[in-house]
Amino acid sequence: MRLEITGLNVRFGARSVVNVDHLGVDDAEIVGLAGESGSGKSMTTLAVLGLANTVGATVAGSIKLDGRELVGLPEKVLIGLRGSRIAAIFQSPSMAFNPVFRVGDVALRALRRHGLTGSEATGRVDQAMRGVLLSPDLLRRYPSQLSGGQLQRVAIALAVALRAEVLLADEPTSALDVTVQAEVLELLRELRSRDGMSVLFISHDLAVIAELCDRVAVMQAGSIVEQGPTDQIMSGPQHPYTADLLRSVPAIERRG
Amino acid sequence: MIEVPEAPAPAPTPAPAAAQGSRGWLRSNPLLAFGGAISALIVIIAVFAPLIAPDPGDAGSATHPFDVLKPPSAHHWFGTDQVGRDILSRVIYGARISPLVALFVLLIACAIGIPLGIAAGYFGGWLDDVIMRVTDIVLAFPALLLALALAALLPPSMTSLTIAISATWWPWYVRLIRGQAASVAGRPYIESCRALGISRRRIIFRHILPNAITPLIVQVSLDVGGVILTASALSFLGLGAQDPTPDWGLMVSEGQTYFTTDWWVVTFPGLAILITAFAFNLLGDGLRDLLDPRRVILR
Amino acid sequence: MAALAALLEIAGLEVRFGPVRAVDGVSLDVAPGPFGLGLVGESGSGKSTIGRAVLRLVPAAAGQIRFDGADVAGLRGRELRDYRRAVQIVFQDPDNTLDPRMRVGPAIAEALAAHGIVPRREAGPRLRDLLEEVGLDPDFASRYPHQLSGGQRQRVAIARALSVQPRLLVLDEPTSALDVRAQARILELIGRLRGERSLAYLLITHNLAVVSELCEQIAVLYLGRVAESGPTAELLAAPAHPYTRALRSAVPEIAASARSTRIVLHGEPPDATNPPSGCVFHPRCPLAIERCVVESPSLRAIAPGRLVACHRAEEVLAGVALSGAEQSDTVQPGAPQPAPPPKG
Repeated sequence: MRLEITGLNVRFGARSVVNVDHLGVDDAEIVGLAGESGSGKSMTTLAVLGLANTVGATVAGSIKLDGRELVGLPEKVLIGLRGSRIAAIFQSPSMAFNPVFRVGDVALRALRRHGLTGSEATGRVDQAMRGVLLSPDLLRRYPSQLSGGQLQRVAIALAVALRAEVLLADEPTSALDVTVQAEVLELLRELRSRDGMSVLFISHDLAVIAELCDRVAVMQAGSIVEQGPTDQIMSGPQHPYTADLLRSVPAIERRG
Repeated sequence: MIEVPEAPAPAPTPAPAAAQGSRGWLRSNPLLAFGGAISALIVIIAVFAPLIAPDPGDAGSATHPFDVLKPPSAHHWFGTDQVGRDILSRVIYGARISPLVALFVLLIACAIGIPLGIAAGYFGGWLDDVIMRVTDIVLAFPALLLALALAALLPPSMTSLTIAISATWWPWYVRLIRGQAASVAGRPYIESCRALGISRRRIIFRHILPNAITPLIVQVSLDVGGVILTASALSFLGLGAQDPTPDWGLMVSEGQTYFTTDWWVVTFPGLAILITAFAFNLLGDGLRDLLDPRRVILR
Repeated sequence: MAALAALLEIAGLEVRFGPVRAVDGVSLDVAPGPFGLGLVGESGSGKSTIGRAVLRLVPAAAGQIRFDGADVAGLRGRELRDYRRAVQIVFQDPDNTLDPRMRVGPAIAEALAAHGIVPRREAGPRLRDLLEEVGLDPDFASRYPHQLSGGQRQRVAIARALSVQPRLLVLDEPTSALDVRAQARILELIGRLRGERSLAYLLITHNLAVVSELCEQIAVLYLGRVAESGPTAELLAAPAHPYTRALRSAVPEIAASARSTRIVLHGEPPDATNPPSGCVFHPRCPLAIERCVVESPSLRAIAPGRLVACHRAEEVLAGVALSGAEQSDTVQPGAPQPAPPPKG
């Protein structure tokens, strides 16, 4: 498993918010983490990024990237890993970019920080932008001049340009129009198939997970209550919570 | 059929549970408790000054030529000033002066600032334009110079000082309240009120006002120190308190020349200003937290 | 054609915010309850603005809104008060939908008192009934909004709207900000209230699945105009507008069998300050032809009860393929790359 989480426990003082026995994402695989708000799924993302302590949480357990243990690594090492090996995109794309910088500058700076020269960086970013179906010209714009969908794609392009192996996507399409969402999901599928990226896709929208993810883990109150291939879980949930979630999803009714 | 209520709103960050009972209240609002205590102390000192001060006469025009510039001692805890007056007594009586000026100035500023701010923020349009332009004009004058000019026109006294400073203070509050009122007025719950046909008067007083006013409470407490300092600057220029009034600011100004040799003349009144401003600041912070309904405990 | 007179008639409604035409000539009818009309669209479609215009929260630049035959814009005094009882709205954002400084009970009692239904002091029993009706424990009356979950807050908002006994309820994305189970419960509540109170509602949402469960009629909006409208089941089963087809195909489905070929719309959601020429959808339309660039299609009947604004509606209805291969006989979009798009 490229990303392997074992016995992960995230706490705020005595209160445990994440208690995951096992969760893994393989090469070229999209794993969905489904749950409602308060289920601990976002804290799990932060823990993988080594950022849980910034909100005052303590992390125990094991998170391995290609066999290398991440929990307990010094911040300096983690900074090197973030973005280049593990990338993340979040729900609010506009908040991911500093509004006073052009998006291209942010991307280039990130690449140079990870060791590329100026021209190498520009080349990679341009190529990545084309890969997400955006014109590299858009890099000269400020975040406020781009739509939510475009910003999300730029964020993905950055992950691609950095050759990230693992992409953590925390509700990346919840704030997007459904047609734009479809494009972003298509893009994620391509990243998996074309570039072999591992994606951990966190969402409360089961329908999106059903369409996108190869495997799914259902999270409730910090623990994974059910896990397995998507088709299997969606058609035959074992856990009552999963069943309840599935029952709650409105469906377009089919007539005649 | 009544449904079992869903789980209560998940806390965004695990805030310490607000304990019940009076002791728990104290523990969860240390700022308010401390600030409130000191502020109350200052008020008590002001009220009971004649009983507390060792030499009440020194707060007035008494002079003691043989006790000039004596350092702090058992007899004079804060030492004596340049005409031999007991500084402790003067500082105690001073609690009646500067904070009172600050109180009146801020009250007046609020009395003008809040209605104008809400009118501008809620109604918008031409009313907003008119109010803000007038506010901008007053703000265009450097505050101290404006207060100076006004104070110079009036006979020097604490009353004139109060009027002069109030005249320069209200525009900031109009700005502050206007911004908040405008922001609140745009929120869905205000739209709901309008859609429900709730009267405009009720919307303004029951919904806009309480929600717009919170930043003002903190601002006012922060301004206590600011007003005291402004008052002292004006007193220094002879436009406010006159000797022998034991105004702290005046005492600091008067004692400046002796600072290097007789530090106590300036230090104790200065400390009084510092502590008063700090106490009200804490009080304001604590009040703001207390007034935030998110902190209210269920039953 | 409905035999009953429409409860709410919107005719040629236009709403402008400065130079932007948020609503650009929309006509819709809502029948008396129990009845649901779904307004579906993405950002910039104008659907929320229409809801606000119905409540007279924003002024109409042109067109008319008639309730029970009377022009809403002309109502004053007593008649306006009655209108405010008859038509109510529930907003999307559960965080800002209630005054954070007011407890639930007084918030609802306020509505009752505003219309003289029950004085504030005697509102107790009525409050209990209302809270029970929306599935909340009567104890909730003493709570503050921040002590409730998002779903519970929405229920309070619904209770408050219902307190004045409206005949028409505008629901502006009532579940978009809620978790999936809370969403299901609110939708269930709406369905129940519809039957119990013979309620008519205008359900504004971007979620086609929600509409299909609760609305008999649906109107699909794009950039302030109606793309197509008609009976929900029919329209969703066989759309007559390319946008509806694309929207439909973009909706994720749990059941693999329900998924159709994804029609990916390229380009960004339209910019209302710089709308494309001709048919506003043409830059993203897989079926756009020259005519679409120059001529804006008007809303016309394509089948009984079904209106559509598209030059090639018949083909779409007949099921012509919308995938990229078809673009050989289409033109490159005529509009320039739109200026930076607006926010959501």
